[in-house]
Amino acid sequence: MLYSEKVMEHFRNPRNVGKIEDADGVGEVGNAKCGDIMKIYLKIEGDVIVDVKFNTFGCASAIASSSMATEMIKGKPLSDALALTNKAVAEALDGLPAHKLHCSVLAQQAVRAAIKDYYDRNGVACDKAQLSVIDCEDGHCE
Amino acid sequence: MQVYLDNAATTRMSRAAIDAMVACMDANYANPSSLHEAGQSAAEKLLAARQSIAQLLGADSDEIYFTSGGSEADNQALETAAAIGERIGKKHIISSAFEHHAILHTLDRLKKRGFRITLLDVHEDGIVRADELDKAITQDTVCVSIMYANNEIGTVQPIKELGAVCHKRGVLFHTDAVQAVGQLPVNVVSDNIDMLSFSAHKFHGPKGIGALYVKKGIPVYTLISGGAQERGKRAGTENLPAIIGMERALKAACLSMSENAAKIAKLRDRLIDGLLSIPHTVLNGDRTRRLHGNVNVCFEGIEGEALLLMLSDMGIAASSGSACTSGSLDPSHVLLAIGRPHEIAHGSLRLTLSHENTQEDIDYTVSAVRQVVEQLREISPVWRDLQEGKKDYVIQ
Repeated sequence: MLYSEKVMEHFRNPRNVGKIEDADGVGEVGNAKCGDIMKIYLKIEGDVIVDVKFNTFGCASAIASSSMATEMIKGKPLSDALALTNKAVAEALDGLPAHKLHCSVLAQQAVRAAIKDYYDRNGVACDKAQLSVIDCEDGHCE
Repeated sequence: MQVYLDNAATTRMSRAAIDAMVACMDANYANPSSLHEAGQSAAEKLLAARQSIAQLLGADSDEIYFTSGGSEADNQALETAAAIGERIGKKHIISSAFEHHAILHTLDRLKKRGFRITLLDVHEDGIVRADELDKAITQDTVCVSIMYANNEIGTVQPIKELGAVCHKRGVLFHTDAVQAVGQLPVNVVSDNIDMLSFSAHKFHGPKGIGALYVKKGIPVYTLISGGAQERGKRAGTENLPAIIGMERALKAACLSMSENAAKIAKLRDRLIDGLLSIPHTVLNGDRTRRLHGNVNVCFEGIEGEALLLMLSDMGIAASSGSACTSGSLDPSHVLLAIGRPHEIAHGSLRLTLSHENTQEDIDYTVSAVRQVVEQLREISPVWRDLQEGKKDYVIQ
């Protein structure tokens, strides 16, 4: 089997699928040309992510990575979400095949892009370096 | 319900081929090169199988070279052409953009050896044009290699016409007929073919066996050196059980060809109509000039690997040209060659039928695919953008 049971389980029953109409931050990474796009919506109260939803176009590992990442940040303070690494997402899924690791990178970036959007909307100064999002064009795709 | 719709990848072996192989392994285990009686008996079986296979393709028995399959036959055919080209000083080979990688990667190797390669356009319908081939041939051209039928989108090429152009212009014509032999009435003489590759496991025969047909008079390049098997052109003790299995399968396929073709084409058309009723879906490859059992479509807004895995959960074996399934980052070179944009090519689904499929299989598959496509579109941000009018549909 290409994927772990955990990946297949999240792929078959993805958590937090959908859109938050009045989201406080939205992040979209990847592009259709490469075969995966992730979009994450955050609802933030105070410093806490009270709700999160995602939409993903991509393979099973992309869908599972988005599902897992949203689970890992739901109900958590922004600082925890910012500290979420692709490695943590992949580990939580009991590993991803080497050529699918970029899916977990994409999930981490989608979370950061959504937080950055929230900061930008609210004029919060932040560490741009930490929130820099690698575009798919110069990321895994090329 | 279990539905096998990946017959272009490989077919289920026929009971007759399995029985013939087992009987051969039991009784004819001797080496056909041995002089004792058991060996000579195996040699007779080998000759009979060779004669039968040759006859089914309109060839002579000494024009058939058994190989390990289609890829080896393709390599040997192009190396044969290259050796001739190097000897007579012609270093141009023409092929097409959507050949199997056994051809394309061999051409890459020949390119490094100084050959110039032209890949003909296959157009949106997935058909090579004879007049474009004629224009591409130069004084320097030694060989043309165009597949009989494409393995992904199933389009059948005007082989007879392409062969006629090659012969008029005095160049060798090879065809990778892996998807065609056993499915279509292939005849090397009337189809103007100089070299032809095929493989048994595509027509309910065993894996690991195939052959290269080379017209008499063309000096065959020896890819595997060693013993004198295959008239010195392919060393290694003959895989007699597999050759016997291939003969049995090919004979059965040829005998029931027109009957099977009619049955399979009817199911194919039902499947195509069913899938095209899903909004924003397009058929890849010409609707009529295609293999009886090939269906290949793209669904806008979703990705093929996710589609395959969900179908697999529902008991359906299918295939896709998405990057994720190819193990590379690019989607199928075939879909790109017919002009599908990357984002559309990622959402492809190939379903390939055999005579073993039923109408029940097809109806179940159409409803399963419809359900899975809807499910994946539901979670796709691309589909959401299209639905909200933020992006235009590529597939109307």
